[in-house]
Amino acid sequence: MTESRDWPLYEVFIRARGGLDHKHVGSLHAVDARMAIEHARDLYTRRQEGISIWVVRSEEIVASDPADADAFFEPARDKVYRHPTFYDIPDEVKTL
Amino acid sequence: MDTAALEERFQARIDADERIEPKDWMPDGYRRALIRQMAQHAHSEIVGMLPEGNWITRAPTLKRKAILMAKVQDEGGHGAYLYGATETLGVTRAALIEELLAGSAKYSSIFNYPTPTWADIGAIGWLVDGAAIMNQIPLCRCSYGPYARAMVRICKEESFHQRQGYDIMLALARGTEAQRRMAQGALDRWWWPALMMFGPPDAESKHSAQSMRWKVKRFTNDELRERFIEFTVPQAEYLGLSIPQGTIDWNEFHEVLRGNGPCNRERLEARRRAHQNGGWVREAALAYAEKHRSGYREAVQ
Repeated sequence: MTESRDWPLYEVFIRARGGLDHKHVGSLHAVDARMAIEHARDLYTRRQEGISIWVVRSEEIVASDPADADAFFEPARDKVYRHPTFYDIPDEVKTL
Repeated sequence: MDTAALEERFQARIDADERIEPKDWMPDGYRRALIRQMAQHAHSEIVGMLPEGNWITRAPTLKRKAILMAKVQDEGGHGAYLYGATETLGVTRAALIEELLAGSAKYSSIFNYPTPTWADIGAIGWLVDGAAIMNQIPLCRCSYGPYARAMVRICKEESFHQRQGYDIMLALARGTEAQRRMAQGALDRWWWPALMMFGPPDAESKHSAQSMRWKVKRFTNDELRERFIEFTVPQAEYLGLSIPQGTIDWNEFHEVLRGNGPCNRERLEARRRAHQNGGWVREAALAYAEKHRSGYREAVQ
């Protein structure tokens, strides 16, 4: 009864409506990409939640390291001048 | 950083209502507790397909049959979401399923009760899915991200399950005297097991305190049980059915958990048979994929 091998893991991304990005919704096991897309349809769009599906082997995802997040994202922290609200514009000046 | 400092920082993140993600540092105890709870939850969804699957071929109308198939398919989907979320903690689905089939993993005791009449399908949707929703809504805010996100998806779907159950009960309650009696019989059978779904009384619940500290659990067993009763009693009144009088038989609860419920052996046997009979399909699909590796990509281009 022991399972010899589990099917590979895929991450699933779904575009809910035209004009929106594909968004990660979860994962599933499938033998290949074609089965992954068919299973993703059955698993994640039973109620018309999508019009397009991407799948990618989970092992192909490369991620930043959460343990380094502080240092890694630090460079943006002191650059508030990148936001429009940093600048005080007199009320008299319109459409700016 | 040493373990004590890491644990302190972890608890601070939990206290600040941050979500923990798969690659974040977490205490071993947190990981183990989540694997245990999430795997039990996944197993419950899968075993939960059996009592209702029993009635698919005998549903009274084509409409009811289509609805029941959709519901049972949802349960399978919920199992898949939850196995997937559990795998983010570093276990494999294959290993979890092996534990279920070997009888060493638990699943909700509710699914070890039989479904002798069509009204039982109504009572399961109304009461069992109703109790599940009560347990699951707070889990949408659970501290572990993948579990919380799976629960959001599941809760959206559960509401249909509960309403279709109540709809079955409503039809029976408005039907003939025999149908009304059938509905009452199902309520009598499922009331106590549904109340047991919230787990042992708070004083005896060994995992509760730690689980609340980690914000995996947000309300105690008794709090959720009370709320469920409060919501359900008027719904029974509307149906013209009476809630059984008495108290929960905790001895029965422990016996069912120990494997001595009315259907424990049958349920596991059905799962083992299905897994064994599907073995050649899993093997063949994998062999086919290996033989035609990248074939799909070429085919669609």
